[in-house]
Amino acid sequence: MFENFIASIMTIEGAAFYVFSILTIGLFSITVMSKNVLYAMTSLAAAMVLISGFFFILGADFLGVVQLVVYVGAIMALYSFAMMFFDATKDIKEKTTNNSLVFLLGGLSALVLVLMFAAPIYSENIQALYPMHEGVGNAQDVGMVLFTKYLIPFEVAAVMLLVAMIAGIILAGKKMDESLTEDMSADDEILIIKDEK
Amino acid sequence: MIGLSHYLIVSAIIFSIGLVGVLRRRNLLMLFFATEVMLNAVNIAFAAISHYYNDLTGQMFAFFIIAIAASEVAVGLGILIVLFKKHGSLDLDDLANMRG
Repeated sequence: MFENFIASIMTIEGAAFYVFSILTIGLFSITVMSKNVLYAMTSLAAAMVLISGFFFILGADFLGVVQLVVYVGAIMALYSFAMMFFDATKDIKEKTTNNSLVFLLGGLSALVLVLMFAAPIYSENIQALYPMHEGVGNAQDVGMVLFTKYLIPFEVAAVMLLVAMIAGIILAGKKMDESLTEDMSADDEILIIKDEK
Repeated sequence: MIGLSHYLIVSAIIFSIGLVGVLRRRNLLMLFFATEVMLNAVNIAFAAISHYYNDLTGQMFAFFIIAIAASEVAVGLGILIVLFKKHGSLDLDDLANMRG
């Protein structure tokens, strides 16, 4: 058991796997436990970068690049822009109820979910539906499957992203010209004074 | 040698971290972060299964999960901004106003 662990850590893949997994678990627990929004957001972004490392180990090059571009580049940038609307510097005061029960329930239900989804994979001999091709790069392989077998879901995802963009613009952009902090009636008073002159 | 079970165990640990966050946090922004943690855990499991079964379907699902996460964040942050403008806070206990 212990010799196996040492032998697996000696290979490059094993060492990278253990380093990435320990770092991601640590960073994600900081995200979940931290009281400060900025600490939570930066540790989440760092963990997303490390998760793309997992994808590169697993040979899913294109998925790793998409993870870097979309998750770290777009989603975390969106969060950090949204942070300008909220008061991010002050600590969050939360009323936490019965912490140990929450940990127990969360752990147990996650375990049940993982067992439910992992059991069919272990019991059956799964046949590859769209097998990877030898001698073809991962990005090319993904493109061939994505634009043939998964073309309709791909287009539906594109429409869904468009709908989400319009919804985001309408929700966040409404009354964007009004200030959140300044009193709007102050402007009216200035106008009234101007009219009197 | 690193097997499929290693990746699945890491994914399960990360997923339970996210689930504990969802159950524990009261701030809506922190709930969003915990959701992202759970989505990432599932992505790791998909990529690992895709690699060990030599099948591209897992990676395809991971792509669609990333697309769904992006649109969820776009709509969710818009709603959060509107809520913050209206109530001045993102705490779920402050937002609950339908108590009987």
